[in-house]
Amino acid sequence: MLAFVLIAIVKVLVVFTAMLLIVAYMTLMERKVLGHMQVRFGPNRTGPFGLLQPIADGIKLFFKEDIIVPHANRLIYILAPSVMVITALVSFAVIPFGDSVTILGHKVDMVVADVNVGLLYLMAISSLGVYGLVMGGWASNNKYSLLGAIRSSAQMISYELSLGLSIIGVLMITGSLSTVKIVGAQSQVWFVVYQPLGFLIFLISAVAECSRTPFDLTECENELVAGYQTEYSSMKFALYYLAEYAHILVISSLAVTLFFGGWQGPFLPPLVWFLIKVFIFIFFFIWIRATFPRFRYDQLMKFGWKVLFPLSLLNIMITGIVMSVIG
Amino acid sequence: MMITDYLPIFIFLVVAVGFALVTIFLSSIIGKRKITPQKMIPYECGMDPIGQARKPFSVKFYIIAMLFIIFDIEAVFLYPWAVIFKELKIFGLVEMAIFIAILLVGFVYVWKKGALEWE
Amino acid sequence: MFETFLFVLLAVVTTIAAILVIVQRNPVASAIYLIITLFCLAGIYLLLSAPFIAVIQVLVYAGAIMVLFLFVIMLLNLEKEKKLIYRNRLQKVLGVFLGGVLLAQIGMIFSSVLLEGSKGKFPAEKVAALGNTEVVARLLFTDFLLPFEIVSVLLLVAIVGAIVLAKKQI
Repeated sequence: MLAFVLIAIVKVLVVFTAMLLIVAYMTLMERKVLGHMQVRFGPNRTGPFGLLQPIADGIKLFFKEDIIVPHANRLIYILAPSVMVITALVSFAVIPFGDSVTILGHKVDMVVADVNVGLLYLMAISSLGVYGLVMGGWASNNKYSLLGAIRSSAQMISYELSLGLSIIGVLMITGSLSTVKIVGAQSQVWFVVYQPLGFLIFLISAVAECSRTPFDLTECENELVAGYQTEYSSMKFALYYLAEYAHILVISSLAVTLFFGGWQGPFLPPLVWFLIKVFIFIFFFIWIRATFPRFRYDQLMKFGWKVLFPLSLLNIMITGIVMSVIG
Repeated sequence: MMITDYLPIFIFLVVAVGFALVTIFLSSIIGKRKITPQKMIPYECGMDPIGQARKPFSVKFYIIAMLFIIFDIEAVFLYPWAVIFKELKIFGLVEMAIFIAILLVGFVYVWKKGALEWE
Repeated sequence: MFETFLFVLLAVVTTIAAILVIVQRNPVASAIYLIITLFCLAGIYLLLSAPFIAVIQVLVYAGAIMVLFLFVIMLLNLEKEKKLIYRNRLQKVLGVFLGGVLLAQIGMIFSSVLLEGSKGKFPAEKVAALGNTEVVARLLFTDFLLPFEIVSVLLLVAIVGAIVLAKKQI
């Protein structure tokens, strides 16, 4: 029991630190990739290739003035970014990032928690992320913040629906909610082969869930300044930023786990395969940011409800029929 | 034992909460404070704020939230169904088809009523 | 030991948050404390070896229904109505009386044998062995098929109701 608790603590700390590091370097990667796509260099002054940039940014944000505007609702204003970052980080707990290994005679699963309702846990925790937006936007007592919060929360819940429905096809094939079992079931064929439509719906909903371009109506600068973050400064702003990137990391890992065989792959160690696949998705997120213009809000909501939602139901029914016919 | 499966999640939660609170606390100490009256008014692109920030907004958003609840509950029924779909076979497919069909009637009603239009 | 500690922690937080829901003046703050209450309740479900119900509790109650609550509160913007709340002597007396009745009921339950009870068809060990979600699903889609299908009609009524209520505005 003691060994189990110790292993759990070490795993949590390692995963947590790794997530923070990856998220920090995701910001650099984004700026670099975007820069090169726009024929610029991106940050290249702090350290070799700008590699110290995230650290410099972090230190800078720590020393920034922490403004709590007097018209804000203090407690909720402070809680909102924490809610956002906690839900984004904690939802990673069920993502398997490697095969189980034996260390000093203890079997260690390369996943923080292998629970039998794994996938639903992830959906449930990330559904709480909406409160970070709503609370922040409301507590700031600023017109831009409130408008941004309402808009983006309506967007998030709309696309959360399609996201939730798009993964049901995968569940039907595996017959389990455990993420470890889902990865195990893909040792022969990746589920993207069986679920192309499901994957497409998942991908589009995922981009919208993370409020990324072309669905970044949250921080539609020319209309809403910065949306729900308008009144935030210093580390609270940084936490929102961190949560946003952590969310992308979790969604990318989820995509890899559900549709691309998780950590499985030939020759290289499992963890390396997992990271390669996840970074391909992160790159994809940055790539579409450099490529697509922004949607209009009415188009966004119409697309979510009138196209993605019926399509995801259709996908479930097709999967059901095909599985029944094949047996 | 069941609950021990969830122990790592509990630890993760504690670490994440600790991280968030410590960063917010530290930045509130480290950052310097220089309060000026201009800094303390709601940001409205340099204009003096007009009226209240908390204005009532379109009823559309309320309808979206309502529809989200209803179809989210539908999704919640779909999860356990998907898990045992292989056992239920055709029987399961038919019962879920009826369930979804009834809800689709509602969806079509919403669509035709124009609740999904945003003009 | 660990379970007892967790239960006490969750129970205390749930109770405090629940009290704060009704004590708060600000409806948005009330709603946020209600979310905390519901979240902790999910933790208690987990302790009762019902992880499926626990995640559903978070997903549906804390994740969906409370979003609607917050939207409605923010939509109505209850600044003016707040001042209209008047205090009625009768209301207070009645409130205290009903509160007392509730307390007595809770006391009766605790003093009765209900806490011991006999084990049902699906004790925690069996459910854990078979998988919580699978047990719920197997029962729901075979023995309780009719109630399940009726839920869809209920949801249909809710959709129509939501649209009819907001009809003037669309």
